[in-house]
Amino acid sequence: MSEELLNLTLHVWRQDGPDDAGRFETHQAKDITTHMSFLEMLDVVNELLIENGKSPIAFDHDCREGICGTCGMVINGVAHGPQKLTTTCQLHMRQFKNGDEIWLEPWRASGFPVLKDLVVDRTAFDRIIQAGGYISIRTGSASEANELPVAKEIADQAMDAAECIGCGACVAACPNASASLFTAAKISHLSLLPQGQAERQDRARKMVAQMDAEGFGGCTNHGECEAACPKGVSLRWIARMNRELVRAMVTADAPIESRKR
Amino acid sequence: MQLRSNEPTGPIENRWEKHKEANKLVSPANRRKYTVIVVGSGLAGGAAAASLGEMGYNVKCFCYQDSPRRAHSIAAQGGINAAKNYQNDGDSVYRLFYDTVKGGDFRSRESNVFRLAELSVQIIDQAVAQGVPFAREYGGLLGNRSFGGAQVSRTFYARGQTGQQLLLGAYQALSRQIEAGTVEMFSRTEMLDLIVHDGRARGIVTRCMKTGKVSPHIADMVILCTGGYGNVFYLSTNAKGCNCTAAWRTHRHGAAFANPCYTQIHPTCIPQAGTYQSKLTLMSESLRNDGRVWVPRKKEDVTKRPEDIAEEDRYYYLEERYPAFGNLVPRDVASRNALYVTNDGLGVGPEVDGERRGVYLDFGDAIDRLGEQTIQERYGNLFEMYERITNDSPYETPMRIYPATHYTMGGLWVDYNLETTIPGLFAGGEANFSDHGANRLGASALMQGLADGYFVLPFTVGNYLGEVRTLPPLAEDHADVTGAVTAVEERIQKLMNAPDPKHAPEHFHRMLGRIIWTKCGMSRNKEGLEKALRDIPKLRDQFWREVKITGTGEELNQTLERAGRVADFFELGELMCLDALRREESCGGHFREEHEENGEALRDDDNFSYVAAWEWTGTPGEPRLNKEPLTFEYVKPSKRSYK
Ligand SMILES: Cc1cc2nc3c(=O)[nH]c(=O)nc-3n(C[C@H](O)[C@H](O)[C@H](O)COP(=O)(O)OP(=O)(O)OC[C@H]3O[C@@H](n4cnc5c(N)ncnc54)[C@H](O)[C@@H]3O)c2cc1C
Ligand code: SF4
Ligand code: FES
Repeated sequence: MSEELLNLTLHVWRQDGPDDAGRFETHQAKDITTHMSFLEMLDVVNELLIENGKSPIAFDHDCREGICGTCGMVINGVAHGPQKLTTTCQLHMRQFKNGDEIWLEPWRASGFPVLKDLVVDRTAFDRIIQAGGYISIRTGSASEANELPVAKEIADQAMDAAECIGCGACVAACPNASASLFTAAKISHLSLLPQGQAERQDRARKMVAQMDAEGFGGCTNHGECEAACPKGVSLRWIARMNRELVRAMVTADAPIESRKR
Repeated sequence: MQLRSNEPTGPIENRWEKHKEANKLVSPANRRKYTVIVVGSGLAGGAAAASLGEMGYNVKCFCYQDSPRRAHSIAAQGGINAAKNYQNDGDSVYRLFYDTVKGGDFRSRESNVFRLAELSVQIIDQAVAQGVPFAREYGGLLGNRSFGGAQVSRTFYARGQTGQQLLLGAYQALSRQIEAGTVEMFSRTEMLDLIVHDGRARGIVTRCMKTGKVSPHIADMVILCTGGYGNVFYLSTNAKGCNCTAAWRTHRHGAAFANPCYTQIHPTCIPQAGTYQSKLTLMSESLRNDGRVWVPRKKEDVTKRPEDIAEEDRYYYLEERYPAFGNLVPRDVASRNALYVTNDGLGVGPEVDGERRGVYLDFGDAIDRLGEQTIQERYGNLFEMYERITNDSPYETPMRIYPATHYTMGGLWVDYNLETTIPGLFAGGEANFSDHGANRLGASALMQGLADGYFVLPFTVGNYLGEVRTLPPLAEDHADVTGAVTAVEERIQKLMNAPDPKHAPEHFHRMLGRIIWTKCGMSRNKEGLEKALRDIPKLRDQFWREVKITGTGEELNQTLERAGRVADFFELGELMCLDALRREESCGGHFREEHEENGEALRDDDNFSYVAAWEWTGTPGEPRLNKEPLTFEYVKPSKRSYK
């Protein structure tokens, strides 16, 4: 429970808007307690900036519980910072030492244009899901839930893949800025379940085509995505996605058009 | 104001069917001629937008997050109730209905609650078909657990992420409709006002949170699924962006606000660690199944390490006061007792603002009895989360917990169709007041959000549109539209240009939260509420004078977003206190110290068996009270007792 006070130097990426070139700006964070969360530390810095008539550092966040996937920044070169399996909002200042210099940057990827400071546009992820990341079932037309048993290990695996919070750290960590881990997690979740079989092949083809159209890079097995993922989403889903894709390509009869809105 | 519940009559089990049969319909070919606005993409809004789009309506859906998948429903951990009776333990639609009416302390509408219980079973079917990976047994069938002290196992769950998985199911259904072109999605877009024309809701005014652009959206009707207002307390388990703005703006146009004082304070949250604290984290209620709650008996022991306090010096206050239920007393009772012991100076943990607000939740006995392995299987991920936040391991030292605001039962008044008092304005999910009365049972908010979104609104929307048939066209240059846009722009300017700018909006929000938490929180009294009603307007005036927002309104400006929300919390907070003051009884989450018997809540059915629906009169703090009387044909009001 012991508590210490830290004084830190922050080098923060500031960018006024999508068209601004951006630059690093240095700020001091004083009397930060080790019990604070990382975002609370930024709250303190921001409140002071506002009181001094300056523009606060824009960053995305909402639940602050590690589940909504809204937060995310590159902290000292690492997506979501130094603690394994931890989102930025769940990171606490006890991970830092007095006098530390901390570099803060947004996710950098052409698929995620910067909107302001540390805030990026991740709507590309939404479009990948729109391309086929669902099971088509009309509201009210579902059959009795227990009519179709699902083996426990299959349900558990589907849940493992479904843990993805859509934060985008995998993209930020990847040298190719690939969105493979995110896309593979959803393809795997749905293709594992019996309910997801009918659309299985189309889904894989369409989602991957959309991922490519959004300007994300290809996967060359660096594994940085898995290391940065706050939810421990496994690389093995990418292998599974590739298998799904091969299977889909073999049977495909028409090319899938990709479209970007 | 006329409050007509429009609930059907006759045997309760036939009411929804009967109502649906009498419903007006819109033919498939005509549906695309209607534009329906859905504000919110949580369980209620996401499910409604997806279902209405699929039916062929032209839907516009809005959320303030960068993606509809991030609505606050995502944070729900515990589970969702449904009367499937898969465990063969005697559950039924009627029992779920009964439990919910009783759990709500007899302050909800029976017809609505019965419908909720009835629809619960379809929700599970729908979610499973969408691919929601609920927990399963070895045989491959769905697993259940007992939750929140229920006597049957009717709760379905997906690890500790039930809300996430249900929301992703709704989000995926919504994405399918976006792809199909029936739903147009507006993320990072905040609703700041309602457009009313000819007495009907005909659209909304929004601000694009990326560019600051203020725009009108015209439609045939508007549905609000904008969540709860728990952040009026500043510290709560809600996401930071949760707000009452959408609902409050419609209240100012004539939508009655019901039972604002009914809020739920959850007993097991991680206590505040400092004044900088930005939010509180919920620890699942399931922990009380094995943890024992205690504080030191003696004040001088509160700073000692818990390990150093002898067994006889530990005060297991819930076990002593409630021998029958012990640590498993309902949420409100557990919360209130934590308040009492900390008021007595027995709280533990760090001092914040001169007070120690924490009690121990101790797993020592459970670990001795069941072994660390079992405890890890049951609560491993929760213990990890606790350790990440506090740096203490609950395997080695007791957890510290304290109550925190979690859910708001109050909300926009709606009839059986979920229509507010403004024709054409509907409300679903936590944003409305229906179904939970004065207290919500665990795992039933997810159920309500999805029942409203998938199964109720799609019918009642058709009924409304079938009844009005064609609405006169409304042009963007009509005075009702331009007036609403101008009002929003002027308000933004007013916020940006306070006469004596000094502090960020958080500064005022924290002070407001402190007032509401201490005067209108777990325990309320006349004197405190009257003081709050004097202090809030003063603080509000100070806010409008001194709020400081840097940058401009024509760009991404998070300070401006927050300021607008805080401004509305001030008005809602005042209404909460007024409602709490007028309700001279104790019921559910509303505990008035003047109305108790041996520390237990004393309800007054003769005088307060009604829904308080407050009407805006033009001046904050001077609303008009309308009453919807509640009658109980099936579940006879009885006293809740846990002794
Ligand atoms: C930590 C936590 C755990 C919980 N656990 C459980 C549980 O186990 N079981 C259970 O049944 N319930 C639980 N609940 C309660 C339950 O999660 C919520 O009541 C429910 O999810 C609310 O759903 P909703 O659709 O009404 O609103 P939300 O999910 O809050 O969605 C609100 C939507 O409205 C949008 N919005 C809000 N304001 C505006 C605006 N002005 N302009 C545009 N868009 C706006 C938001 O962007 C969002 O899309 C829990 C709650 C919390 C806080
Ligand atoms: S796979 Fe992991 S890192 Fe990538 S979006 Fe999902 S949760 Fe984030
Ligand atoms: S703010 Fe929700 S995951 Fe970090």
